[in-house]
Amino acid sequence: MVRATTRRRAEIVVRGPGPVPIRLRVNGADYDLLVEPRRTLLDALRNDLCLTGTKKSCDLGECGACTVLLDGRAIYACLALAIECTGREITTIEGLGDGVALDPVQQAFVDRDAYQCGFCTPGQVMAVKALLNRSPMPSEAEVRQALSGNLCRCGAYQHIVEAALQAAGVADPTARRPRPVAEEGICGEGR
Amino acid sequence: MAKVVKTRIEMEGETVERSVVVEGEAPPPWTEDTVLSLIGGARPRVDGPARVSGRAVYTADVRLPGMLYAKILRCPHAHARLRRIDVAPAMALRGVRAVLSHRTAPPIQWQNGVLLFDETLRFAGDEVAAVAADDEDIAQDALELIEVDYEVLPFVVDPEAALRPDAPRIHPRGNRSSPPRVYQRGDVARGFADADIVVETVVRTPTALHNCMEPHGSVAWRDGDTLVIWDSTQHVHGVREQVAETLGLPLSRVRVISEYIGGGFGSKQGVGKYTIIAALLARLTSRPVQLMLDRREENLATGNRHETIQRLRIGARRDGSLTAIDLRAIAAIGAYGGQPMAIAGPVQEFYRCPNVLTEEVGAFTNTGPTCAFRAPGYTEGAYGLETALDELAARLEIDPLELRLRNYADVNPVSGRPFSSKPLRELYRLGAEQIGWHDKRRPECGPTGARRRGVGMATATWGGGGGPPAHALVRINSDATVDVLVGTQDIGTGTKTVLATIAAEELGLSIQAVRVALGDTLAGPYCPVSAGSMTVASVGPAVRQAAREARQALRDVAATFLEVPASQLDIQDGEIVATMSPDRRMTIEDLAGRLNRFQIIGKGSRGANPNDVDIRTFGAQFAEVQVDTETGQVEVCRLVAVHECGRVINPLTTSSQVEGGVVQGIGYALMEERIVDPRTGKVLNPNLDDYKLPTVQDAPVVEVTMDDHVDERANVLGAKGLGEPPIIPTAPAIANAVAHALGRPLVEFPLTRARLLQALQEGQVGNGSSHPRPLSPRERGRGHRR
Repeated sequence: MVRATTRRRAEIVVRGPGPVPIRLRVNGADYDLLVEPRRTLLDALRNDLCLTGTKKSCDLGECGACTVLLDGRAIYACLALAIECTGREITTIEGLGDGVALDPVQQAFVDRDAYQCGFCTPGQVMAVKALLNRSPMPSEAEVRQALSGNLCRCGAYQHIVEAALQAAGVADPTARRPRPVAEEGICGEGR
Repeated sequence: MAKVVKTRIEMEGETVERSVVVEGEAPPPWTEDTVLSLIGGARPRVDGPARVSGRAVYTADVRLPGMLYAKILRCPHAHARLRRIDVAPAMALRGVRAVLSHRTAPPIQWQNGVLLFDETLRFAGDEVAAVAADDEDIAQDALELIEVDYEVLPFVVDPEAALRPDAPRIHPRGNRSSPPRVYQRGDVARGFADADIVVETVVRTPTALHNCMEPHGSVAWRDGDTLVIWDSTQHVHGVREQVAETLGLPLSRVRVISEYIGGGFGSKQGVGKYTIIAALLARLTSRPVQLMLDRREENLATGNRHETIQRLRIGARRDGSLTAIDLRAIAAIGAYGGQPMAIAGPVQEFYRCPNVLTEEVGAFTNTGPTCAFRAPGYTEGAYGLETALDELAARLEIDPLELRLRNYADVNPVSGRPFSSKPLRELYRLGAEQIGWHDKRRPECGPTGARRRGVGMATATWGGGGGPPAHALVRINSDATVDVLVGTQDIGTGTKTVLATIAAEELGLSIQAVRVALGDTLAGPYCPVSAGSMTVASVGPAVRQAAREARQALRDVAATFLEVPASQLDIQDGEIVATMSPDRRMTIEDLAGRLNRFQIIGKGSRGANPNDVDIRTFGAQFAEVQVDTETGQVEVCRLVAVHECGRVINPLTTSSQVEGGVVQGIGYALMEERIVDPRTGKVLNPNLDDYKLPTVQDAPVVEVTMDDHVDERANVLGAKGLGEPPIIPTAPAIANAVAHALGRPLVEFPLTRARLLQALQEGQVGNGSSHPRPLSPRERGRGHRR
C-alpha cells in the first residue's frame, strides 16, 4: 500500500511578519492602511479599500483582469505588492470619468459593445487608457499589441479593438477589413 | 386564467415533453408586417455604464460587514482514500473561524452516491476540507496546516483504458458512467451495403476548460430567517431549489442573487460544492462567508468539455448521397456524473441520411468532472462529422459544400417533422459567396510552398426554441417608469437589454424608462436556466405578455379619464393618445399621479411550443487559413460566420454573440487542451499560461452575417436563441481549411504546432494533391449505376 502524508509544521503558527502601515494614493486620494507586507496591490484595493472594480481572475499575472495604472502605466495589480506602491499614483477603474459622465474610453466600450460578461472589462479599459497615455493615435496593430496581455474569455476582442480606436478618434473603426492576403501560397496562384 | 398544457421543450440535445402551467392570453405574434420601432435596432446595453465603470457587483465583489473568506483544501492525488485528517493545527491559527472536513461536515449526499466531503477522493482536485478565516491569506495558510494521510490508490485517466475490465474502479458499479445511449433509424448494415464508398475515421477531440473570467463562487449569509446566497450562476432559481433541498430548508427561506456573472459557458448551471460549503461555514460561524475559487481550482474542478474518441463510418453513393452513418463515441466523464453530452446530435440531425446508428458511452476517469460547455456534445460531434464529410467529399471528388447540399435535410431527420424555419441553403450561399468559395476550392488550388492557404466550411444546427415555464411581471410606477421583474439572469449575453427593449416596444415607452430587475429569486418569478440558447425565446414572450397586460390596464384606466373607449387609445412616447381625436391625451405620469398610488402590474407567462414543427437554429461558417509547414503555425486569415436566429432583436449584441462563439471555437480548434500527466494523473496546465486561450492577437476579423427573418411559428417574438450555435462549426471549418491546405485530413485536435508538425512528418503531405485519397479503382467499380 502506498501512503502519502502532507505534514507541515506541527507547532502553532502565526504567519507574519505582521502588518505594517502604508499610505497609498489611489484615484487622487490618500489612504492609510495596515497590511501584511505580502499583501498584493490587488487585494489591498479590493479587500482593504473595497474598490472591487479591479477584478481578480487569475491572481498570477496571466490574464490582465486586474490591470490598473501606476504613474500612468499599466500594471497587473496582482503582481505588485501594496508596500511597493507607496508614494506612487495609482489609478483604478473607479478613478475614470467624473462621476457623472463616463471617460471617453469607457463610453467607447459601451458604444461598441466591447464586452460580454464584463468581468475583464475594467482591465481592458485601463489597458487602453495606458496605451492612449503613451500613444494617443495608435494603429490597429499597436492596439492589438497593447491588449495582448488582457484575456477576454467571451471573445469580445474585435469590439474591444474598435472601442480603443474610437476612443483614440481613429476614423471609422467599424470598417471590417479582412487581413491582406499574404504573398505566398495563395490558392490558384504562384503555380 | 391558468391552464395546464403539454409541450415539447428541447435543451442541449435533449427533448422532453412537459406539463406546464400557462396563464393569460398570448399576444398576437409580431409578424414581418408588424411595425416595430425599437426591436431590430442596434443599441448599446442598458447596463453598459455599470460594466465599464466597475460598479457592476459580481459575486466576487460582494463585501459584507464581518465577512469571512473561505478556501478549499483539495486532494493532490488522482485517486486516494483519507486515512487520517487533523485540522487542529489549522484551527489554532489566529484568524481561523471554522474548518470543515469529512469528520466534521454533515453527511450531505452529493452525486453518484458520494458525500460532499467523501473519504475517497477520485481526482487530483477533489474536495478534502474547507477553512473560513478573517482574511484570504490566513485561510490559505490554514490549508497548509491541515495534516492529511492519504492512502494512494491506483488510478486511470484515459477513457478507453478506464473501460477495460482490469482498470481501477472509480465507483463500485464500474467505470461506465451510464448505460450506453443508443439511437437507431433505418438499417445501417443495409445502408453500408448500398454504399459505393465508405469512409472510416477515428477522431479525437480534447478536454477543453471553460476558464470563465470570474471564477465559480458564492457568498452565504443568514438574513433573519432566510439564507441569502450570492452565486455566480446561470440559474438563480435552480440554485435556490438545490440549496433548499440539500440543506433541508423550505424554498421560501432561500434567496439566490446573481445580477452580474463573469462568464459561465455552461459551467455554472447548478449548485456547486462551494455553494453548500459556504452556506455550512456561514452557519457554523454565524458570519457571512465568501468562497471564491482560484484559477487553479477553475482548471481542476469546475467542469470541462469532455474529451471524446469518435469512431465514424460514413457510407455514400457515388453521387454523394449518404446511405449510412455509424458513430461510436466514448467520452471521458471525469470522476462524477452520468451520461455524455449529445455527441451524436450532429450525426443524427445535420443531414438527410436514412440509416443511422449511434452509440455514446461515458467513462468515469480520475479527472475533474465534465459538465455542459457551450453547445455541449454538438461542438465535439460536429468536429467528427464535419471533418469526416470533407474526407468523403475529397474521395468522391465532390465539392464539400455541394456534398452538404446534396444531403440537405428539408425535414428534421430525427422526428420527421418540418422546421418552423430553415434558411440554411441561403446561409450556405451567402457564406460561400462572401469567402469566394468556388474560386478558392478549384481543384488546381493544390498545396505548394512552405506557407499554404486553404479554405474549409462546416454546418451548425442547434436548438434555441426555448419554452415554458418562464414568468414575468411588469410594473408601471407613478413616475411613468417601468420595472420588469424576471427571475432570469444576464450571463453576459445582453438579456437585460433585450428584455428592456421588448417591454419598451410593447408599452410604447423609451428604453430609458424601463428597468429590468433580474438575477434575484426574491424579485423575479421563475425563469429557466440561461443555457441551451433558450433565454430570449423563453423569457422574452413572457415579458411581452406582461407588458401587454400592463398596457391594457393602463388604457382601461385612461379611458375613464379621457372619456374615450380603451380600444381607441394608443400609447406613444409615454403619452396615452386617443387615435380618433389626438387632442385627447394625457401623459402616463399624469395618469399615474391620479391613480392615488395604485400600481399597475401586468403578468405574463411563456406559452406552449407548437406541436407540428421543430424549432431549430442554423448556421454555416467558412474559414480561410494559412499553414506554415515549417513551424506548424495555423493562422486564421478569414472567418465568415453566417447564422440565423429568426428575428434579430439587437444586431449589436447579436454580432457579439457570434464573434465570441467563433473566438472560443478558434481556441478549441488550435490551442485549447487540458493535459493530464498519465504517470501522476495530475493536470499539467491548470493555469492561463499553459492552458492557451485565444488572445486579441489570435482573433481574426470575424465577418458576421445574420439572416434576419421572422420565425412566426417559434413564438410571439419570432426570435430564437443564438448563444451556442456560433461555436459549433468553427473548429471543423478551420480543420477542413487546414486539411485543404495540406491535402490530407487531420483527426487529432486541437491543431497545435506540435501536432501539425507531427502530422506533416508522418503524412504524405506536399504531393501537390488536394485530395487525400481518390476513389480506388475497386471503389469506383462498385455499387450502383444511376
